[in-house]
Amino acid sequence: MNAIEVKELNFWYGSFQALKDINANFKEKKITAIIGPSGCGKSTLLRVFNRMNDLIEGVTTRGEVIINGQNILNKDIDLVKLRRDVGMVFQRPNPFPLSIYENIVFGLKIHGLKDNLNEVVEKSLKAVFLWDNLKDRLHQSALSLSLEQKQRLCIARVLAVRPRILLMDEPCSALDPQATLRIEELMRELKNNYTIIIVTHNMQQAARISDEVGFMLLGELVEFGKTEEIFTRPKDKRTEDYISGRYG
Amino acid sequence: MRRIKEFIIEKLILISGLTCVLFVLLIFLFLLKEGMSVFKTVSVLKFLLGKNWYPISEPPQLGILPLILGSLMVTLGAIIISLPLGVACALYIAEVAPLKIKEVLKAGIELLAAIPSVVLGFIGMVTLVPWVKHVFRLPTGLTALSGSIMLAFMAMPTIVSVAEDALYAVPKAYKEAALALGATRWQTIYRVILPAASSGILAAVMLGIGRVIGETMAVMMITGNSATIPKSILEPVRTLTATIAAEMGEAVVGSEHYFALFAIGIVLFVISFIINVSADLFLHKTKS
Repeated sequence: MNAIEVKELNFWYGSFQALKDINANFKEKKITAIIGPSGCGKSTLLRVFNRMNDLIEGVTTRGEVIINGQNILNKDIDLVKLRRDVGMVFQRPNPFPLSIYENIVFGLKIHGLKDNLNEVVEKSLKAVFLWDNLKDRLHQSALSLSLEQKQRLCIARVLAVRPRILLMDEPCSALDPQATLRIEELMRELKNNYTIIIVTHNMQQAARISDEVGFMLLGELVEFGKTEEIFTRPKDKRTEDYISGRYG
Repeated sequence: MRRIKEFIIEKLILISGLTCVLFVLLIFLFLLKEGMSVFKTVSVLKFLLGKNWYPISEPPQLGILPLILGSLMVTLGAIIISLPLGVACALYIAEVAPLKIKEVLKAGIELLAAIPSVVLGFIGMVTLVPWVKHVFRLPTGLTALSGSIMLAFMAMPTIVSVAEDALYAVPKAYKEAALALGATRWQTIYRVILPAASSGILAAVMLGIGRVIGETMAVMMITGNSATIPKSILEPVRTLTATIAAEMGEAVVGSEHYFALFAIGIVLFVISFIINVSADLFLHKTKS
């Protein structure tokens, strides 16, 4: 089953074309990594999936992105519903300057869900393995947490609204190697219930955690396929050059 | 040679910096010297809380409570009007408006700040005052309310620009996080951006108050200048500032009246000092 189908996707910032004829299918309940050098359009692609690019003025999107049987690029798509379905974790942990508890129930509150808040908080924190550490200080400010805990909290905050797809934009780039490994472990856990798409410039990370990989270069999706194939027998010369460290 | 040049420039800058402080100090000392004399004849408490301001009767009665209340009433009214308008305007500029409209609005607000207060007072006198008189069926439109409305225009630019800075200072990451969770623009604004900018907005209000409380010309022209304790906002009042401006010319130098006006100056100085310090505290709270 495909969680996201991308057909002939083109994207422009003003007159600069950031994505060129992207075609790809992202499989359900797998981890798909998008790799490539900086500026290749991988974050832009990720941000198409929850329409975060709408925040930028002067962008144009053409093509089709099918999620849940709907082309989410349609003008009349319900963005609130889309973003509830497709959660996003950012490069730098960005908890709100609120308590840990308030951070997690934030999503529920804006969607008008007011039942079983405590239960959801517990479940979400357990899912990211923070519950045992934080259960006695839920009402402390989230800004007092360590970077890794903050990032876990941000993941828990997204899980609380029960999305189906998790977009992760270099979720470990602000973390130290140990914390990175623990977040990667968490992602493997989460894969049982969620489709995960992660953008990373760290090839080892992509190799460690992903089931499928897409390699992007200058706005093109050069190669897309099973992780072990891409990393052992890349079909395209450019992919080979990149993963063997010739540029990037 | 280069070192001497550096040395001289450094010291010159230091001296210029110190001059500002020195001037404030000198002004304050002068105010104190002139103003304190009045307390030889009137106690501080009687001066601040006295209900009658009859400076040229015999003996003079120098109670400035009506003036303090006049200033407070006009200021409070102005802030009640300009706070929601100012914050809403800042929100629109910082969060909603497209780039072009943003530029036009910012220029417009700067222009509003540049209108001399006597012009605003004059406009208020010929348009707002008759309107207030007519709408509330009053014997005169020269009321605290008219002053409040006119002063709201003067507080607006300060409130808008400081609040706008506070809103811009809210990390974009908060906004992105909220939107990515499916929040609407309005939910993002009132649940995340406004709370995060709250101390900066408080500072904006304090600075707006500071702007209003020191305003003289417009209030003198449109608040009626009656030094009585006002019972409602629809009555004429007289502010601290207007009293000094109106009476300085006729007070005999060295008389009690003259010293009392300087003492009013001290009161104003203290009030704006407190307001500025608290605004500063709020601003620093935002930064840390």
